[in-house]
Amino acid sequence: MPKTIIEMHGIRKSFYIGEPHELEILHGIDLTVHEGEFVSIVGASGSGKSTLMNIIGVLDRATEGTYTLDGEPVEDAGDDELSAIRNRKIGFVFQTFNLIPRTSAQLNVELPMMYAGASKRVRAARAKELLEMVEMSERALHMPNELSGGQKQRVSIARAMANDPAILLADEPTGALDSKTGRLVMDLFHKLNKEQGKTIVLITHNNELAAETDRIFTMRDGVLSEGEAVR
Amino acid sequence: MNFKENIRLAWEGIRAGKMRAFLTMLGIIIGIASVLGILTLGDGLTGSINEQMSTLGATNIYVMLQSKSTEREGGMRAYEESDLITDEMIADLRSRYDSSIDYVSLSVSLASGTAKDGDLYANVSVSGINEEYFAANDMDLLRGREINTEDIDSNRMNAVVSDKLVEKMFSGDEQAALGSEIVVYTSFEIYTFRIVGIYKYEQTIMNFSMSAEADVQTDVYIPLSTAKQLAGADDGYASITIVANPEIDSANFATVATNYLNKYYADNQNFRVSSMSMESMLSTVDTMMETVNIAIAVIAGISLLVGGIGVMNIMLVSVTERTREIGTRKAIGATNGHIRIQFVTESVIICLIGGVIGIILGTALGYFGARLLGVTAFPSLWHIALAVGFSMAIGIFFGYYPANKAAKLDPIEALRYE
Repeated sequence: MPKTIIEMHGIRKSFYIGEPHELEILHGIDLTVHEGEFVSIVGASGSGKSTLMNIIGVLDRATEGTYTLDGEPVEDAGDDELSAIRNRKIGFVFQTFNLIPRTSAQLNVELPMMYAGASKRVRAARAKELLEMVEMSERALHMPNELSGGQKQRVSIARAMANDPAILLADEPTGALDSKTGRLVMDLFHKLNKEQGKTIVLITHNNELAAETDRIFTMRDGVLSEGEAVR
Repeated sequence: MNFKENIRLAWEGIRAGKMRAFLTMLGIIIGIASVLGILTLGDGLTGSINEQMSTLGATNIYVMLQSKSTEREGGMRAYEESDLITDEMIADLRSRYDSSIDYVSLSVSLASGTAKDGDLYANVSVSGINEEYFAANDMDLLRGREINTEDIDSNRMNAVVSDKLVEKMFSGDEQAALGSEIVVYTSFEIYTFRIVGIYKYEQTIMNFSMSAEADVQTDVYIPLSTAKQLAGADDGYASITIVANPEIDSANFATVATNYLNKYYADNQNFRVSSMSMESMLSTVDTMMETVNIAIAVIAGISLLVGGIGVMNIMLVSVTERTREIGTRKAIGATNGHIRIQFVTESVIICLIGGVIGIILGTALGYFGARLLGVTAFPSLWHIALAVGFSMAIGIFFGYYPANKAAKLDPIEALRYE
């Protein structure tokens, strides 16, 4: 039995929108993801997909329920602890890449390691290795605005991998790319999953992409169910 | 994350908007430069005034007649012969306070006029002096001798003239000048004196004149008794200079001497004597400059406050613009502290660079400003350190609020920000 990376039980999330109503977005979600799995979460916009992703990525706390990430309970962690958990255990890949502007690809990749307190030498060596892995070595010193969309996404994947996180959390990673470049990015995810056994959670509304993954979860009206949505 | 990395991160942020950073700095630059410039100039001037005044004699006490009428009803009136300070009073004062007094310098102004010899001329002012005058006023005798007691006792028509006069009348030949006669034409009289000595003319703030170099009036010193005789019956002084013994407190002695002399004026309806010691004048100048400095500091504080608000304003704009970047940084593991320190560092660097440019400009301003006034001045290390410290403090103080705002951003909101 492989190690459990994500273990969620009865996750609820409500937003307070003024007396006397509370708006509940997530209605008790159970989710278990094991090490080395490549899973996808699909769902229409407004389904609560983004809210769930924010909780998985510990950018947000659940109102109720338990969440254990890589053996570490996160419900009671303070802000700084959450920052540290994100830093070490989660590699974010965003739809809009979110590279830090006017900062070279190399330094972008080094950034999570910098926040983790790694020395300059260790960071530089690791960044070089990661950029090589995503085939971006030649562009290491380029600024984000000198890179194409696909190149930016590859740098951002290298950055996500910097601290060897427990999961890669990819939010519509191909959403801003043409299909050909998007294909290359998906191939990179498969490669990381197969060769390095990286656990990947892909958030998407694209059923074709979701179909490539090991398991598909569907989010509908704040409820998560395994299996593809019936259309 | 260490200190160096914080600085590097902040530096990237500043480099991203060079023009904006410069404009932000401008407030700090102008503030620091003007303060440092004016302080430097002020220090230079104070120094030079103090130096000049102390060469005039730091222990000098000027005793002069003062009308009592400002304290009473009625207007001012001119002094009469009976009001003047007499030789007897001075002799009494000397014998009473012999150990406190080094010299008493006496002079009587006879007339202003022109020394002429054919086409050659020099503007002069003729004054009778006592034998202590040169020593009391620290004057440099270049050649010959001073006016001595013998000259005074026998009312001789001898004179000590300036090197400037010798230059004009004797083409600078001091040897030829000694023993020669000069003829001085005043409005009413023509006097002929024999030159027995030549002193070095020095321009000080006391005899500062706007006349052309060639027309500068210099003093011709003759024996006191001769001057009195030539002038008529004048047998007293409207003012005298006492040089106090450097060992004693001259400001204090000024009061003592004044009180002593005022005994002679107890019955005088119109006049009394008052005094001014160089020491108290020097401290007056110092107090004045101190007041000016405080005023400058207040203005500086205001201008730097305005500069600081500018910095805060720009930092707030920068935080808003970089909301997404802040969200990304938080998502990849930056703590609130990391974000806060990054923005505070950025603000401190902007202010420090502004401060350093301000110091350079202020030094130049102070130096060249002082040079225009004929003084060499550099800012003191203490002022420079203060300027650096102040700009850093502004950076921290006005950078903290925007930085804290950045640190407290919700990462989800920040990532969603367009």
